[in-house]
Amino acid sequence: MTEEGQTSKGAGKRILMCGNEALAESAIIAGCDAYFGYPITPQNEIPAYMSRRMPEEKRIFVQTESELAAINMVFGASATGKRAMTSSSSPGISLMQEGISYLAGAELPAVVVNVMRGGPGLGNIAPSQADYFQATRGGGHGDYRTIVLGPSSVQEMVDCMPLAFDLADQYRMTVMVLADGILGQMMEPVILEKKPGRELPAKDWALTGAKGRKQNIVRSLWLPEGSLENLNFKLRDKYKQVEKNEVLCEQYEIDDAEIVVVAYGVAARIVRSAVSRAREEGIKAGWLRPVTLWPFPTKQTSRAADEFRIFLVVEMSNGQMVEDVRLAVNGKSPVMFYGRPGGGVPNVEEILEQIRQLTLRPNK
Amino acid sequence: MMKTIFKRTPTLKDCPTHYCPGCGHGIAHRLIAEIIDELDIRDRTIGIAPVGCAVLAYDYLDVDMVEVAHGRPPAVATGMKRTNPDKIIFSYQGDGDLASIGAAEILHAGHRGEQITVIFINNAVYGMTGGQMAPTTMLDQVTATTPKGRSAAEQGYPLQVSELLATLPGTIYIERCALSNVARVRKTKKAIKHAFELQLDGAEGLSMVEVLSPCPTYWRMSPAKAMEWIESNMTKVFPIGRLKG
Repeated sequence: MTEEGQTSKGAGKRILMCGNEALAESAIIAGCDAYFGYPITPQNEIPAYMSRRMPEEKRIFVQTESELAAINMVFGASATGKRAMTSSSSPGISLMQEGISYLAGAELPAVVVNVMRGGPGLGNIAPSQADYFQATRGGGHGDYRTIVLGPSSVQEMVDCMPLAFDLADQYRMTVMVLADGILGQMMEPVILEKKPGRELPAKDWALTGAKGRKQNIVRSLWLPEGSLENLNFKLRDKYKQVEKNEVLCEQYEIDDAEIVVVAYGVAARIVRSAVSRAREEGIKAGWLRPVTLWPFPTKQTSRAADEFRIFLVVEMSNGQMVEDVRLAVNGKSPVMFYGRPGGGVPNVEEILEQIRQLTLRPNK
Repeated sequence: MMKTIFKRTPTLKDCPTHYCPGCGHGIAHRLIAEIIDELDIRDRTIGIAPVGCAVLAYDYLDVDMVEVAHGRPPAVATGMKRTNPDKIIFSYQGDGDLASIGAAEILHAGHRGEQITVIFINNAVYGMTGGQMAPTTMLDQVTATTPKGRSAAEQGYPLQVSELLATLPGTIYIERCALSNVARVRKTKKAIKHAFELQLDGAEGLSMVEVLSPCPTYWRMSPAKAMEWIESNMTKVFPIGRLKG
């Protein structure tokens, strides 16, 4: 056991950790009461770490029989007002979509981590960004949204966890952390420390036993005419609030740029290097990095397109976020795409060459 | 002086029922409500309603309740009980929910020895969706999806879940009961109460009571005949009695 708000993993000091373990420790610091998960590569370090650390903290770890069970255990713990999470990788996240839809209908908070791998199907275990559609469109049935965070470093794997739990509790929504195999596996120095969280509403809806109050019901079935439509309008209004208040994005040297490269997650780091190299070659390049993938930084992207610029979207997929960029740019500027699907990872030279070609600078 | 000899138990809500005439859910709900009141655990009980006719169980049982995806109550119950060991968690599941789509969840909750109470209502048919074959449908039983009657060669034999779960070290109490006559209803109440008491005592493992229950609507017979059919047909394949504990 460790003291409240502290952690056995060198609180406040700079330490070297892999992304998966750093994320797991950060979840513990953020007050995660229960972790439920099923093994799948490349995120196995998360359940392994949790299986050791959660009992130390007298919290709950369960290795589940399936991802279906994992997301439903999250549902159960969350329905009683506890902070619960699960993690998986692409095929496992597909299995959780039923549960995520029910969480949305029942308006329960939950944190789901997807350390993406190549698909479709069993695919491979290489890093990928091919689950963007599934994550940002709400991969299960029905009219709902999940908040999606796209970290791009091990430190951001750490930083996004308290935010994810706070957002989940504040809006009673699923927050998905959309990482990938590189972020999960690579080691970087991180600082783990407890920071003050948001002020959150009381969970007076939680199932705690009807002691001195009326029965609480957590449900997603609404049969009387108009009642489900009303729920959906309520959800729509909530999602509008999230879109208004919670967009996060980073921009770099866009003001004078003739080309803006848009990327998220680990691809954004490679883009950053490519853009710096392009500047060295005298190409006026900048980059824009969505941190929240939903809500998407539509306004920031649109503003960048107010002056004519070439947009280049780089993803580790055949082009998914590029659709959100096109919607935001809305025809004001050309939006081009470069992608490496199926576990392929673009290198700096590849992206730089795209920048050169689009800005009509032949390779020297 | 007038003397009250029978009244509604407080945990059973005073409202009209949506269940069909002769349905067993009303009896089962009442038994659970009586037990919760007798054990005085209303303020620490959380119930889980299944997908199926009993999805609206929270309209009748005045305790904190949740409605979950088809077949997943034992997983949801696991999440609740692990994080709230002082609460009494029960799931109420039909045969489609528990024995078909949720077969993995009940098996593994039993396998892990989750300290929960499961009420398994077996009426040998899917009620809410219109009387299709369930895993527990009897051989030769005509349903919406076995128009010639269930055939072992085509659809397999009725699944005996209680027998299966009784083999697991993680289960502590498995009993099969029926609602087909007054004596059986009394025994059902005793069994369900025992299952709740085990959880109250912190007994380490899962307890389940299977309840053979009538569905006159989709058995295409009168309520009275349905009660007889449980005795004459169902108890042959699903023998009444304590299988474990």
